Amino acid sequence: MSYLEYHAKSTPSGFRKILYLNWGLLLLLITVSGVGFLMLYSVAGGSFSPWVEPQVKRFALGLGVMFVVAMIPIWFWRNVSVLAYLGSLGLLVAVELFGTVGMGAQRWIDIGFMRLQPSEVTKIALVMLLAAYYDWLPAEKTSRPLWVLLPVALILIPTALVLKQPDLGTSILLMAAGGGVMFLAGVHWAYFAAVIAAGVGLVSAVFQSRGTEWQLLKDYQFRRIDTFLDPSQDPLGAGYHITQSKIALGSGGWSGRGFMQGTQSRLNFLPEKHTDFIFTTLAEEFGFIGGFTLLFIYMLIILFCIASAIATKDRFSSLVILGIAITFFLFFAVNMSMVMGLAPVVGVPLPMVSYGGSAMLVLLGAFGIVQSANIHRPRQSSR
Amino acid sequence: MKRNSKDTDASHGRMTRRALFLGGLQLAFAGGLAARMRYLQVDQADEFRLLAEENRINIRLLPPARGQIFDRNGLIIAQNSPSYRITVVPEDAGDVEEVIAKLSNLLPLDPEDLERARTEMRRSPPFLPITLADRIGWEDISKVAVNAPALPGVTPEVGLTRVYPQLGDFAHVVGYVGPVSDYDLSKMEDPEPVLLIPRFQIGKVGFEAKREDVLRGKAGAKRVEVNATGRVMRELDRREGISGADMQLTIDAGLQNYVQARLGRESAAAVVIDCEDGDIRAICSSPSFDPNLFVRGISVADYRMLTEDNYRPLSNKTVQGTYPPGSTFKMITALAALEEGVVGPEETVWCPGYLKVAGRRFHCWKRAGHGHVDLNASLKRSCDVYYYDVAIKTGIDKISAMANKFGLGIKHDLPMSAVAQGITPTKEWKERSYGKDWLVGDTANVSIGQGFMLASPLQLAVMTARIATGRSVTPRLLKTLDGVEQPNGAGEPLGVSENNLRMVRKGMYSVSNDRRGTAYRSRIIGDGMRMAGKTGTSQVRNITAAERAAGVIRNEDLPWERRDHALFVSFAPYDNPKYAVAVVVEHGGGGSKAAAPIARDVMLQALYDGTPPLEAYPKADRSRIKAQQERLERERVKRPLGSRSSRA
Repeated sequence: MSYLEYHAKSTPSGFRKILYLNWGLLLLLITVSGVGFLMLYSVAGGSFSPWVEPQVKRFALGLGVMFVVAMIPIWFWRNVSVLAYLGSLGLLVAVELFGTVGMGAQRWIDIGFMRLQPSEVTKIALVMLLAAYYDWLPAEKTSRPLWVLLPVALILIPTALVLKQPDLGTSILLMAAGGGVMFLAGVHWAYFAAVIAAGVGLVSAVFQSRGTEWQLLKDYQFRRIDTFLDPSQDPLGAGYHITQSKIALGSGGWSGRGFMQGTQSRLNFLPEKHTDFIFTTLAEEFGFIGGFTLLFIYMLIILFCIASAIATKDRFSSLVILGIAITFFLFFAVNMSMVMGLAPVVGVPLPMVSYGGSAMLVLLGAFGIVQSANIHRPRQSSR
Repeated sequence: MKRNSKDTDASHGRMTRRALFLGGLQLAFAGGLAARMRYLQVDQADEFRLLAEENRINIRLLPPARGQIFDRNGLIIAQNSPSYRITVVPEDAGDVEEVIAKLSNLLPLDPEDLERARTEMRRSPPFLPITLADRIGWEDISKVAVNAPALPGVTPEVGLTRVYPQLGDFAHVVGYVGPVSDYDLSKMEDPEPVLLIPRFQIGKVGFEAKREDVLRGKAGAKRVEVNATGRVMRELDRREGISGADMQLTIDAGLQNYVQARLGRESAAAVVIDCEDGDIRAICSSPSFDPNLFVRGISVADYRMLTEDNYRPLSNKTVQGTYPPGSTFKMITALAALEEGVVGPEETVWCPGYLKVAGRRFHCWKRAGHGHVDLNASLKRSCDVYYYDVAIKTGIDKISAMANKFGLGIKHDLPMSAVAQGITPTKEWKERSYGKDWLVGDTANVSIGQGFMLASPLQLAVMTARIATGRSVTPRLLKTLDGVEQPNGAGEPLGVSENNLRMVRKGMYSVSNDRRGTAYRSRIIGDGMRMAGKTGTSQVRNITAAERAAGVIRNEDLPWERRDHALFVSFAPYDNPKYAVAVVVEHGGGGSKAAAPIARDVMLQALYDGTPPLEAYPKADRSRIKAQQERLERERVKRPLGSRSSRA
């Protein structure tokens, strides 16, 4: 019997649960999505098709999913986390076998009404499993090598599958999010120091491997790194994305060129302007003020999550909320770094803003779990 | 498994610390992102704004409209007319080949053009229009327009092209334009960007080439917004170019048209100059050609026909062709002698049919000789011996200097191609050119306009105008430039004794008004209209002593290219000179027979500003002239002259 179940009686039930939703978080999520709709409307040249309309539908569906997930008690989610993890691994294998090739990588499964990107599901399932693992694991065993190796394996299996697609961005995200949960769970500092050292070693190994038979990355990945390091090297070829993206951002200036006035996006100089590079359109049209505001809202979401995690005494709840927050943070941090020329171009969308079904649905589902943890938080007798 | 709450509290406390630590890291990272955003968007905003504009804005040149050319009465000589072409946008056409097949049912498509279009299609993005047919007629354009729904992506387009409605009449004066060639560009130091527009037309020959500077105008520009693939999204602004300056020539297109018709198929040249102000009223070289052929790009067959013609239609004989002036030069020799005082107007020279110069016989054209000849008779009957005699007394350098004074051996500054200087030989000139001493026989030859002496029809007309007025009349071709009147060529007095000039003019009067004059048959009837002139027949071959002994072969019996050139210079009216006319008929035979009638007809046409009354002709000729006038009238109708309203 866990601490949480012991106090289960003091959690709200029935429709009273709605009162205990984290309304601030919900409002922030709706705001961010609204920004997304606005930008999709702009990049479509002032039209609801082809992007705003399906995006709004998915958002509505996502909100529904979020409510349903939120209503279901958090211990249910803890109990199904192993299942979720195994299910997502199954999907990853399925995409390997039957997946649709998009943009040179196998990433989708067509499930009729939408295309499912299993790697999105995996991000959340991994966080849930690790949270459940550390909830189950007695605290004193947390830093024992054997009990550290097990979660590392749990992280590396989906990472390897995603890397094979190949999707470098998501696999980095998986490792970072998994590592984050382990760190929060209290794994000893030394392990992380060792991993970071090993990571540096690996990076140098990757560069050493270039051009040899045991080359660790694909050629296009090396080229992306090259152009990241020096975009001016090839302004019309591989460096085009970064160069044009920086031009769009920079030309926005302090207050932007005005809604629907961004020439870079409207005239197609921006690649992937409705997905990965949508932030550049925002920054071009609303300038530093617009870009900073979005960053601020994102950080508020993170802070709301941290506050919610600290407030709950349930270990699974805290870890899953923080894990989801880290995943969310990694999404926008990597995406923004990428469009600002601070990171190589890896296919990571801007969460809740970029056009795309799976990511939005999965994220809203994940925030449903955050809400569930918030609702089913044991409270001192509130009456 | 059971956990005590202390244990839980400890682990929760550690998690809170680590969560706050990670939150701090995230906040720091976000701060870094914000700083980067600020750096790009605030610190470097101007630079990136500029780059964005460079991305977005393309500058396209707008070709200026070329200046138009008019005659002195405002009749259009060179204009800009809409030209139609058919383009297809592959992207809109769908199946391009199918569209082309449909199009070729409507109008003939050149397979060569199609091949070029296909290669172009493969290279350029699918939204750029490709030209399928160029310079097509209005009818074909209408057919395409009517069938537009069945021809997706096909559009008729309008551009401007040069058109010369007067066809051959001005081919040698105005010349023609053509697309800029690589060769043209290679000759230019720093070509204007407008020249790089494909198929931009520049002057190639004649006036069009000489005054390219003002005819071309200045290119305009438009700024267009393009997207990443180069498609034009919209026009931002445009600065219209400055059209080239309109020009008005001194030429009277009606007269020019008549002269061209009158020269017919002869290989000939005729120049009409206004004695008062030097305006060139007509300047024709025959045969001519249609300059429009060159604008379109002349076919190999047409070009060969022009270049292989013995009569050299492409050469402008009026300014480019130089001929021995023959007896038309005698006025100059006479004036030189009179001014030097080596002979008086009344003094006579004995002509036995030849003069022995340095042991060699120089023959008069009349074997029997003219007997006693004074100045007037020498001109009237064109005695050669008189001139041998007075020229040798005067000396070549004096004669040459006099010739220069009257515009011979001088390159007149006219905006036409290849204006020739001609030759007025001097002792120094022969030394320089041939490295040989001047012989007295050379002087004898030059005295009658043979030997080294060469002059263009234009120079002969100028010479005649100067004799008629005693002023240094200078030819002028450009009347107004952009509406501004150009300085005329009335000229200053030549400083030649008016008395001597009057004697020479009188001699010329006798040539065409005295019963014994060489051009009496080509006289003009009517007081106040009388014409003074001088015939010339210049040899293009040497007559050997043997031939002379056997009897000189008649021109009619010689092959065309060995026959004599026929020349005639004249001015009228005698008492108040208005026009000077020079006519040269290449290998035409005798000046009195081949050149004088043309000059007379041209002169009358100029004097009456249209078809002259038959009363202006000698009675005996009137029926023949009437027939000739009617024939010419019919031939002139075929020419488009009279389309006074511009078609543009």
